[in-house]
Amino acid sequence: MSDAMKSVAIARMIERPNTKQFIAGIFDDFLEFHGDRLFADDGAIVGGLAALGGIPVTVIGIQKGHTLEENVACNFGQPNPEGYRKALRLMKQAEKFHRPVVTFINTAGAFCGIGAEERGQGEAIARNLMEMSRLRTPIISIFIGEGGSGGALGLAVGDSVWMLEHGMYSVLSPEGFASILWRDSSRAAEAADLMKMTARDLLQNEVIDRMFLEPKEGLENNLEYTTAEIKWALLETLPRLMKMDLADLLEKRYQRFRKFGDFVE
Amino acid sequence: MNLFGKKSYVSIDGGERTKKSDKRRQKAEPSIPDGMWIKCNTCKAIIYKKEVTEYKLCPNCDAHFRMSPAERIAVTCDENTFEELDAGMRPQNPMSYPEYDEVIKKAQKKAGIPEGVVTGRCRIHGQDTVMAIMDSHFMMGSMGSVVGEKVTRAVEYATAHSLPIIIFTTSGGARMQEGIISLMQMAKVSEALGRHDEAGLLYVTVLTDPTTGGVTASFAMLGDIILSEPKALIGFAGQRVIQATIHQQLPEGFQRAEFQLEHGFVDRIVHREKLRDELGKILRLHSQPEREGTE
Repeated sequence: MSDAMKSVAIARMIERPNTKQFIAGIFDDFLEFHGDRLFADDGAIVGGLAALGGIPVTVIGIQKGHTLEENVACNFGQPNPEGYRKALRLMKQAEKFHRPVVTFINTAGAFCGIGAEERGQGEAIARNLMEMSRLRTPIISIFIGEGGSGGALGLAVGDSVWMLEHGMYSVLSPEGFASILWRDSSRAAEAADLMKMTARDLLQNEVIDRMFLEPKEGLENNLEYTTAEIKWALLETLPRLMKMDLADLLEKRYQRFRKFGDFVE
Repeated sequence: MNLFGKKSYVSIDGGERTKKSDKRRQKAEPSIPDGMWIKCNTCKAIIYKKEVTEYKLCPNCDAHFRMSPAERIAVTCDENTFEELDAGMRPQNPMSYPEYDEVIKKAQKKAGIPEGVVTGRCRIHGQDTVMAIMDSHFMMGSMGSVVGEKVTRAVEYATAHSLPIIIFTTSGGARMQEGIISLMQMAKVSEALGRHDEAGLLYVTVLTDPTTGGVTASFAMLGDIILSEPKALIGFAGQRVIQATIHQQLPEGFQRAEFQLEHGFVDRIVHREKLRDELGKILRLHSQPEREGTE
């Protein structure tokens, strides 16, 4: 198996630690808040208030389960529009109270269903992209597993974007890529290599800013190792971003995404 | 895969044999030359090409056929006012996707333009505006680096010149051949629109058939005013993907413009023949007081 496909398999493992475990490992006093105030509470996105070494932080993440029952409750980590709208509500709350936002991303993609379309999945993601790009408080986004397309990007317009060693981020799944472009889903491994979707590739093309190595024995067997690393990085980064002039912070965030594109004139 | 791959209408030419017999018939009688008939993919009627006006509507069922940017400019802008921006921009191959160059060349030949969007400034009913028009004939209007960059620059140009922007969308989504860089275009265009919005400027989206995927999940849904052409397919996920996910039959009219209007995601559905006048009216009602009278 190619290295890229190995990472894809690891990112998708049902044992892989989920957002709630990362929150518990990194933050204190997590209080989960529910609902988008418009339609419902989406179990695929968890969010709320927490403390990081005494700093109040708004924490939001896409939740996957370890069992079928848990996965039904969180829709296998595939958010509906109300999930993205809950996330935006909590981000606007963070802006109001001048606290930073940390998002955790782990999704195969935004949910594709009739209700999701009726309630405007596209609009919900679009709104998040625009509002996150100008949110007047620091945002750090961390990819802990799968990063599937627009459904991942909808929580990932951050000042700094981080990823675990076996995280991934792509415009669509390697299987989808192979079946659409080559009409052969068995060529997924080849697609995964070509798509440059691993943390190391993404670091190189600056889609992510930082990669965290995972313990040799597997993330699920030693989560404390990685959560300690992330906590340390957040404690170092967040106070620095919070001290930055707001206009500079927003300009840097703008340029961070403005630079992507490969063209000639 | 070929969900959106169909052309809106196809030429009915029966191949070599018909052509020859047509030529013979032409000599004998003043009949209709070859390729003058097209078939409407909506009502399946065979229609005489000359009956299709510059608005590209089916004379039988009023279906709105897909338009090229040049055709759109002709029926939307005041005559000879469109000045193109960034006309020379060409794609590279960020993922080293095999044969991407050939794919692009083929698309350029088919659509007759170098990439999937045309941007510029123009006047509508005498009022200045920036405009971007996507082209479904170019790789299904997919958004890669060039589409993202040209639209972003058009938005930034509008912000810098305090102008409104009108974007005609049509897209199958992100350009898969450009990988993650195509996904980043969604954030790039959206943040530029955020600054245009903060400057208090008007953004009008005109959704045309089809508008889906990453374009729906970014700039298509961010207009201050969102107009749509009748019956345009508008959605986030493709219908086959949804069907494969939920194993249910999709309701009649699912993801069409009328469905989006009913669910609150479109302000108005506007017939193509009325679009220019409506856009003109919207621009006029948003014009700065000091600009009034310059028309």
